[in-house]
Amino acid sequence: MKAPRVTDTTLRDGSHAMKHQFTREQVQQIVQALDAAGVPVIEVTHGDGLAGSSIQYGFSGTSEMDLIETARQSATRAKIAALLIPGIGTRQELREAAQRGVQVVRIATHCTEADISEQHFGLAKELGLETVGFLMMAHMRPPEFLAEQAALMESYGADCVYIVDSAGAMLPDDARARVRALKERLSIQVGFHAHNNLGLAIGNTLAAIEAGADQVDGCLRGLGAGAGNAPTELIAAVLDRLGINPGLDVFALMDAAEYVVAPIMPYQPIPDRDAITIGYAGVYSTFLLHARHIAAEFGLDPRELLVELGRRQAVAGQEDWILDVAVDLAQAKQRVA
Amino acid sequence: MYKILRDPGHMELALVAGIDPQSEGLARARSLGIPASHEGIAAVLADPEIKIVFDATSAKAHVRHAKLLREAGKIAVDLTPAARGPYVVPPVNLGQHLDEPNVNLITCGGQATIPLVYAVSRVTPVRYAEIVSTVASRSAGPGTRQNIDEFTFTTARGLEALGGAQQGKAIIILNPAEPPILMRNTIYVIPAGDFDKDAVVASVEQMVADVQRYVPGYRLKSAPVFDRRSTPWGERVVIAMLLEVTGAGDFLPPYSGNLDIMTAAARQVGELFARHLLGVREEVVA
Repeated sequence: MKAPRVTDTTLRDGSHAMKHQFTREQVQQIVQALDAAGVPVIEVTHGDGLAGSSIQYGFSGTSEMDLIETARQSATRAKIAALLIPGIGTRQELREAAQRGVQVVRIATHCTEADISEQHFGLAKELGLETVGFLMMAHMRPPEFLAEQAALMESYGADCVYIVDSAGAMLPDDARARVRALKERLSIQVGFHAHNNLGLAIGNTLAAIEAGADQVDGCLRGLGAGAGNAPTELIAAVLDRLGINPGLDVFALMDAAEYVVAPIMPYQPIPDRDAITIGYAGVYSTFLLHARHIAAEFGLDPRELLVELGRRQAVAGQEDWILDVAVDLAQAKQRVA
Repeated sequence: MYKILRDPGHMELALVAGIDPQSEGLARARSLGIPASHEGIAAVLADPEIKIVFDATSAKAHVRHAKLLREAGKIAVDLTPAARGPYVVPPVNLGQHLDEPNVNLITCGGQATIPLVYAVSRVTPVRYAEIVSTVASRSAGPGTRQNIDEFTFTTARGLEALGGAQQGKAIIILNPAEPPILMRNTIYVIPAGDFDKDAVVASVEQMVADVQRYVPGYRLKSAPVFDRRSTPWGERVVIAMLLEVTGAGDFLPPYSGNLDIMTAAARQVGELFARHLLGVREEVVA
């Protein structure tokens, strides 16, 4: 096994748990702590990527472009990354993000729709950015299928393609097989992004590294959507014990989690009832807070909504389907009553 | 093509043109006895009897076609995002641009959602409108896939220009579920001030009925939902409308409601131009 590159996405995936209310001051403190601890890439964007600020996903408290600029100014050696989901963000925001300091762009599509990302990879390369492809909700398709989609992203100019377990639904063998299939098919790097809905974020991350993953993601204190992500400080400790620490300061990351991030967290993401249901039903982790809000409005159990969304094969970004399903379930109950 | 064959109104389908001699579409047209050509725009320009042209090529091609058609004195109904002429959504402004040589139909998501934003803005000023269009992966062709940003830009501009929103935003999501999902659109509207909910509901219901006259599969899944959310303008009531569009199944499968609403709008616009050219005066009924 070799040491993977670790990208911290507290300031992007964690944006969901923060309801997209990160401030410039918080970004500055978190970036300084990560940068000092040797984290090489720090992602900063609205949780749903560039231009994610919306009714559908929640409005940003501070413009993500301002946060990106602060992040870039606060880092001495770490690169700043942004997420872009075609269909939500466009090349227009990508250009602005690059002007404001982004050096890496992670371009995400549902794991069957890689061919909508060509124009974005093209522009990213033109702008001189490092490019990462993100195949979201990758538990929904088998390894060989994902390898074909990843190969499309490679052909558009990706420097790395990630298997993204957006639903936190994978078991270690699922993660291993998917990373291995991409390693065999591609000549570029392969990454893995975990969610902890089934309590397997660290386990799956390790399985992915065993299968050859070159890059993995973490969030301080696991601050992310659903039950959160693999905690960056925990990845550092485990890699260090495995003898493959990529240069991370384990104690500095623990301190960053403890003293910088924990005090500003609205709650500690854990695999609780609703988060486990997300992993179990295989739906997008960000549905958690939206499903709770809408379930309360309609007098429903969030789990009913989440299981039905899984049955309907909802994909990343379909927060509006939660309302749709709630309307259907409420109408069905009225008919019975 | 199928929509005009099924209900020609005051039009006559004179030619179907493409650029691929092996095209299945051209072969189908010929098998139905419709003249077809693989010589593209040249074949259209060669026939002086053709007055109205529906262009469903690509934005890039339409920029070139628009000029040629204008010079030839033909009216272009543009189904690409090229937007050389003014935007048209039939129940909003059909009839305002009858003297234009070129009109643009925005996007499928725009045709589906702009009528409902307009239905709100005609009773109360709209600060912000946002739409999320979810279409079955199988009904999104290579043109949409390679130019997904154009969908976002063009639809958002349409929400402002025709929907009447001060600010518009559009999101598109492709869903690969099997069996394929019907076209789903969520329309969120934030009015600029206090508003009369009953007036909004009545205006929306009227608009749904108006669209149904030419897109029978157009329906709201429930009455508009009013929900308080935090917004950049403070805590505000957001109007959410859940719209489903089932295709008529004339030729494309019913899940392609996105394509159906575009072709239905095109036929509607073409019919009005035809009546205008012929001097027919009565009200258009689809």
